[in-house]
Amino acid sequence: MAESNRSFTNDSFLAQYAAESDRAPQSMPFTVAKIGRRRFLQMTGVAGGGLLLAVGTGWPGKAAATAKSAGTFTPNAYVKIAAGEIVIYAPNPEIGQGVKTSLPMIVAEELDAAWDDVRVEQARIDKDAYGGQVAGGSRSVPQNWDGLRRAGAVARAMLVSAAAARWGVKDSECQTRDSVVTHAPSGRSVGYFDIANDAARLRMPDAAKVPLKSRADYRLLGTRIPGVDNRAIVTGAPLFGIDQVLPNMRYAVYQKCPATGGRVASANLEEIRKLPGVVDAFVLDGNGEVNGLMPGVAIVANGTWSAISAKQQLKIRWDESAAAKDSWNAAVAQADKLAKGNGGNVVSNKGDVDAQFRAAAATVESTYRYAFVSHAQLEPQNCTASYRDGAIELWSPTQTPQQGAEIVASVLSIPRDKVTVHQTRCGGGFGRRLTNDYMAEAAAIAKRIGVPVKLQWTREDDMAHDFYRAGGFHAVKGAVDSAGKLSAWQHHFISFANDKGEAVVGGQMSEKIFPGELVANYKLMQTNLPWETQCGAWRAPGSNVFGFVVQGFLDEMAVAANRDRVEFLLEVLGEPRWMATGDSWRLNTGRAAAVVKLAAEKSGWGKTMPPGRGLGIAFYFSHAGHFAEVAEVSVAPDKKITVHRVTVVGDVGPIVNRSMAENQCEGAVIDGLSTMMGLKVTFEDGRAQQQNFRDYPILRMPNVPEVDVHFIESDNMPTGLGEPALPPLAAAVCNAIHAASGLRPRTMPISEEGFSI
Amino acid sequence: MLTLNVNGNEHLIDGVEPSTPLLWVLRDNLNLVGVKYGCGVGQCGACTVWIDGQPVRSCSFSAVAAAEHAVTTIEGLAGPDKPLHPLQQAWIDLDVPQCGYCQAGQIMSAAALLKANPDPTDAEIDQAMAGNLCRCGTYLRIRKAIHAAAKAQRDGGNV
Repeated sequence: MAESNRSFTNDSFLAQYAAESDRAPQSMPFTVAKIGRRRFLQMTGVAGGGLLLAVGTGWPGKAAATAKSAGTFTPNAYVKIAAGEIVIYAPNPEIGQGVKTSLPMIVAEELDAAWDDVRVEQARIDKDAYGGQVAGGSRSVPQNWDGLRRAGAVARAMLVSAAAARWGVKDSECQTRDSVVTHAPSGRSVGYFDIANDAARLRMPDAAKVPLKSRADYRLLGTRIPGVDNRAIVTGAPLFGIDQVLPNMRYAVYQKCPATGGRVASANLEEIRKLPGVVDAFVLDGNGEVNGLMPGVAIVANGTWSAISAKQQLKIRWDESAAAKDSWNAAVAQADKLAKGNGGNVVSNKGDVDAQFRAAAATVESTYRYAFVSHAQLEPQNCTASYRDGAIELWSPTQTPQQGAEIVASVLSIPRDKVTVHQTRCGGGFGRRLTNDYMAEAAAIAKRIGVPVKLQWTREDDMAHDFYRAGGFHAVKGAVDSAGKLSAWQHHFISFANDKGEAVVGGQMSEKIFPGELVANYKLMQTNLPWETQCGAWRAPGSNVFGFVVQGFLDEMAVAANRDRVEFLLEVLGEPRWMATGDSWRLNTGRAAAVVKLAAEKSGWGKTMPPGRGLGIAFYFSHAGHFAEVAEVSVAPDKKITVHRVTVVGDVGPIVNRSMAENQCEGAVIDGLSTMMGLKVTFEDGRAQQQNFRDYPILRMPNVPEVDVHFIESDNMPTGLGEPALPPLAAAVCNAIHAASGLRPRTMPISEEGFSI
Repeated sequence: MLTLNVNGNEHLIDGVEPSTPLLWVLRDNLNLVGVKYGCGVGQCGACTVWIDGQPVRSCSFSAVAAAEHAVTTIEGLAGPDKPLHPLQQAWIDLDVPQCGYCQAGQIMSAAALLKANPDPTDAEIDQAMAGNLCRCGTYLRIRKAIHAAAKAQRDGGNV
């Protein structure tokens, strides 16, 4: 067996993603350009007159390159004002986080467009034109914020100039509102549609100098705007990847080895080809990349069901000599031993933890554990592909369409410019669709079969071939001094890594993780167990499990110190300070304390509770969002819990779309509760043991708590909401369970400890 | 030849294997894609349609068995005279969806509930909707939208 084939976790893109999602996006220069009609048509396929503006917020390197080659910056988002409508192109993938609505709102605000006049279109995938088009890291809003505002403001300024010129008045005497320019002194007004052609003939003002609104003047941002696709969603109109239909299309399924890396030794292809509706069945060897094409058997049929039912008849003998052999039970046994040892590789060591432990008034030692989980986005992976004459076109629900195109080009060995990807709405993402294995499979099958094909994964395929959120183990030791203050924190993280020693995505700790930057005596160690099955980014990678551990253990320390938990948490946060001034991706203890205090106030912290009922608080900072959550939980003698209410307080700067902002927080709470309560994927012999929702019990309506969401809209840059409301939830609930019952869950899912809901 | 009555229209469909679930005939043969595939085992409810007005999981209901009955999908929910069912309007107004993938199934289950019970309590809603998963966690808004639609329906006196 080739050792180099033994690991499947070293996906460099995901590793980079995980590293970058903890950092601020690079500061991006913006440009706004009026673009030529031919170029515009080429990029958007939209005909018609009016004012066309392009705004670029692309990556600096790309901006420089295109400026050099073309003389103008190649733009990445567009405003088009023509007869009867204002079209705003939404550049980033929509996965349920609401960016198809929120990003255009930012343009419309500065444009002073009436939202009813706005029609949003999903932009095409075009890296040269748009820069990076990614849904990941809760970064869509902060990345696009400045550029989209300036796009709207430039368009507005040009419309004003055009109207002022027509009337022979000064720009400064004109005002705009609801798609109309008004000159109050003369009582004249003109609608944007009637002045757009004049505006298109004007010279562009300098986007860097165009005045932007102050927050007090916002009319659209911060309001509740229903999603632009809502009507299509509730009427069942085609929107998602799975809804794509092409003329003469066939339907495909693909069976890979349940243990990653297994190859097809033999299969009953002749028998399969004779089954009703089956067009062909064949083996693909693949390129050995998990985020690419792994070996398997493809079945192409005249309908999805013919393909699925034929797949059930497949008999494959797998060569598993190079396949993953992972065992969760073995990992648990090994980790339990390590947790009792003296620690691992030292990642960070500040002050003198040993001296503090010797001098402590009280110490606490605990071990925490959590299982692997699946993304389980409700739309199983699918991709529709049409290959013809050395070029391929794909319709794909993906969070990284540009990277998907590169993978397809590589798998088919065709130039990147022969790959066209259309982004569809995604039926959930949660990080799973950062990887594009299903695109590679659809592409290879389409090329082989020669007619358009829709690849459809079953739910079982999806659970068997996820890029899983990794499990992990933590042995934590803390000390409080005679004044009842947290005096030392020692943390041994037992995680997983591939055979090159690279930790799985979300499986590396640093001292930036709470409370590393806040405790003077702090020691962090890490040991990585070997792991072969592919892991990936799962909503708030790392944070979604670290929040459970560190905020649970902090609560244990507060109890040991006999202190009020809110008071203790605020004391650990300390004086208001910013770990790196001006960097929204670093903890600001002032913002942190503010959300903690408001969460305590809104939840009635300190109120008298009936027996068996308690409040728990947790704070976590991730993806530039400061979040505190308080859970109110009852625990019955049989360990059945009821989560009555969760109070969420977040600071992500000003809110863009209040409706989706609250929706994301409600969803994060429910997702967090669902996952901590009962979800796990275990492995034996390299095989995921769970197969479908029967053994992966996602939370259902009867068990959802009330969720009460509040925002502190600080004067910081607005940042994303897809992820940061999730990490505090598990600890808030577990701390409440302790307050209610004295029981301290330290394993996720907590059903492993006998809790039920 | 299979004859299906869907949303009031008769369809003659050729070459359907007897084991085919209704879900795939609706999607692949009739191009009614509002009905969604989520699990294939009747656990998630994304494929919910009505057979003679009763909600069923079309992934686990054979197309052949549906032949004698009236099938209603999300595309036919509002009926021919109205653009939207009160539930669809409430879903838009209260901005229920996140990803939106489960919502057609949710609405079909909710609409069946409101036919039987025009003024359901939270507990009755929870019971009727417990078969529909929402991975994004929009349950709170779904519940609110059902109440809002029930009220609209009572006030409007129709649907």
